[in-house]
Amino acid sequence: MSEQRTPLVEMKNISISFGGIHAVDNASVDLYPGEVVALLGHNGAGKSTLIKILSGAYKRDGGEILINGEAADINNPRDAKKYGIETIYQTLAVADNVDAAANLYLGRELRTPWGTLDDVAMEAKAREVMGRLNPNFQRFKEPVKALSGGQRQSVAIARAILFDARILIMDEPTAALGPQETAQVGELIKQLKREGIGIFLISHDIHDVFDLADRVSVMKNGQVVGHARTEDVTKDEVLGMIILGKVPEKAIPGPGAMQTA
Amino acid sequence: MADTIQTTQLNRARSATEHPVKRFFRATEIDTRLLGMVGALLIIWIGFQIMTGGLFLTPRNLWNLTVQTSSVAIMATGMVLVIVTRNIDLSVGSVLGFCGMIMGVLQAQILPQYLGLDSSLTWIVTLACGILIGAAIGALHGSIIAFLNVPSFIVTLGGLLVWRGATWFVTSGQTVAPMNPTFRLMGGGTEGSIGATASWIVGIIACLAIVGAIINSRKQRKRFGFPRRPIWAEYFLSILSCALVLLAVWVSTIYYWPVNIARKYAEANAIAWPEGGLQISHGIAIPVLMAIAVGIVMTFISTRLRFGRYVFALGGNPEAAELAGIKTRWVTIRIFMLMGILCAIAAAISTARLNAATNAQGELDELYTIAAAVIGGTSLAGGVGTIAGAMIGALVMQSLQSGMVLLGIDSPFQRIVVGVVLVLAVWADTVYRARAK
Repeated sequence: MSEQRTPLVEMKNISISFGGIHAVDNASVDLYPGEVVALLGHNGAGKSTLIKILSGAYKRDGGEILINGEAADINNPRDAKKYGIETIYQTLAVADNVDAAANLYLGRELRTPWGTLDDVAMEAKAREVMGRLNPNFQRFKEPVKALSGGQRQSVAIARAILFDARILIMDEPTAALGPQETAQVGELIKQLKREGIGIFLISHDIHDVFDLADRVSVMKNGQVVGHARTEDVTKDEVLGMIILGKVPEKAIPGPGAMQTA
Repeated sequence: MADTIQTTQLNRARSATEHPVKRFFRATEIDTRLLGMVGALLIIWIGFQIMTGGLFLTPRNLWNLTVQTSSVAIMATGMVLVIVTRNIDLSVGSVLGFCGMIMGVLQAQILPQYLGLDSSLTWIVTLACGILIGAAIGALHGSIIAFLNVPSFIVTLGGLLVWRGATWFVTSGQTVAPMNPTFRLMGGGTEGSIGATASWIVGIIACLAIVGAIINSRKQRKRFGFPRRPIWAEYFLSILSCALVLLAVWVSTIYYWPVNIARKYAEANAIAWPEGGLQISHGIAIPVLMAIAVGIVMTFISTRLRFGRYVFALGGNPEAAELAGIKTRWVTIRIFMLMGILCAIAAAISTARLNAATNAQGELDELYTIAAAVIGGTSLAGGVGTIAGAMIGALVMQSLQSGMVLLGIDSPFQRIVVGVVLVLAVWADTVYRARAK
């Protein structure tokens, strides 16, 4: 159904290497509006690296990125944000020593007409967004360091929502969370999806993401093993793709697929 | 709506079960760390007062103490930002020396040729040049750190040697003196104080500003419906801060001019010498006013401006700051430029006070500045520190030295004490932080 539309993001033939090691080798993935694509693979399969190219943290050696069908020039995180790409990192990229509102607006602070920080307005907006996301959250005045992993993750997600992201990248979003908070994030992803946001979910644990994703793209040793719609494949088949690089019938094989005669 | 009501009740329930002292601190939002430091300062003061038999807490000694503190206090405010971003600046003493020497040569040898000997423009041109040079040196250090990725420890260790050597080269080691009379006002002393009337005016303006700030912040929080401090806490804070300001002003006004200077002044202005002697108040010293102004500006920069927010975010998590799109290198350069500017201001004060620019000016100041910032609660691990804390830290260091001088303790032993206190202060802070978690 969605194949006729222009993809929101298309990463074509992306390559990057660090000191002679091909971390990502000729990888292509795409993402449509309102779709959740899970990017799966072992630790070190290159999925985080691939996605960091999209979010501007790394600069690609080769390949191109199309946003809404147009070539995008992404060289740093600021460029990525211009295209509406927001990232939630597995390392919980928040500044520990400042409060939630400061983190939400980090890099894009609201300012008063005099050019000073408008902390009150930022706190008001932070209370509003956090209230939608995590109504129990009350610790607005404390440094983020004092918060639990889940609370910090909700700060990171709120940060992305606050700026009307069109493309959301979530790198192991639930790795640091408890079961209840994981369910919360799941709900949130469904909500964002309804709003037409495209989401890349990155995980090495298939159980985290299989039910949330519309499609999976599997990577192994820096190459794409293949793509599949989650309705067409079983978890076991996807596991086969992750572990062996074996592509099931209904999936589209990529350059990293196991060569079977 | 229901949520807010519930949480207010929750808060109320929590505060009812709390210990009254705890509740007091929570209501007033007083920083307990800062309070602890003020407490330590008071203990030091009272201790010396007893040991010196009443020599320490005299208007004269307190006035001198503040004047002696101002130079290091000014640099310590910048050092806070440097250390918060996990850097260090070992070159501040040498940069102070170099800027001081340039300013000395400028006003004593170069500017008189163009502006005449006692031009009132001399001091401002000199200070402006000094600040420009300080900023340029800071920008150079910052660029090397940010773009060439040389650790700040090494860059500024190099700077320590380079600028000390450069200071020598400016005059081949000669001391430059005397300074321009207007410039000298920045050094304090009898002339360099603003007198009683002006001091009271400054004090009253400060009180109005404090009350205004408290009212404004309450209004702002009301506008957005945030939890506010209880009204008694607002009154308490306003009255306490105003009382402290007025007490400080009062102390500065009961320190009178020395008799001979007052006598000369009376003769010069044809005032009859009264029976009990002429009592002219010093009032607040100009360098102290400068230090306070720097403290206010730096606090404003670090808490109210985007730059300050970036400095702290960068110190807390450099990777997150970078990913948030902050131009971290540019922030680093600006921090070091600021540090250079503050060194130049401190240099103006210290050359003016000495009435000469010498080779050795500012030697060891880098260590006192770092110590002041660290005693003031700046964490070497980055991300934590306050301007006010660093300034109190500078006052603590100077109080120790001044007290030991009054006690007649030898200078080698003074250093031992200062060193031990530094280590003890950081240890106490570590314990406090571990408990606060």
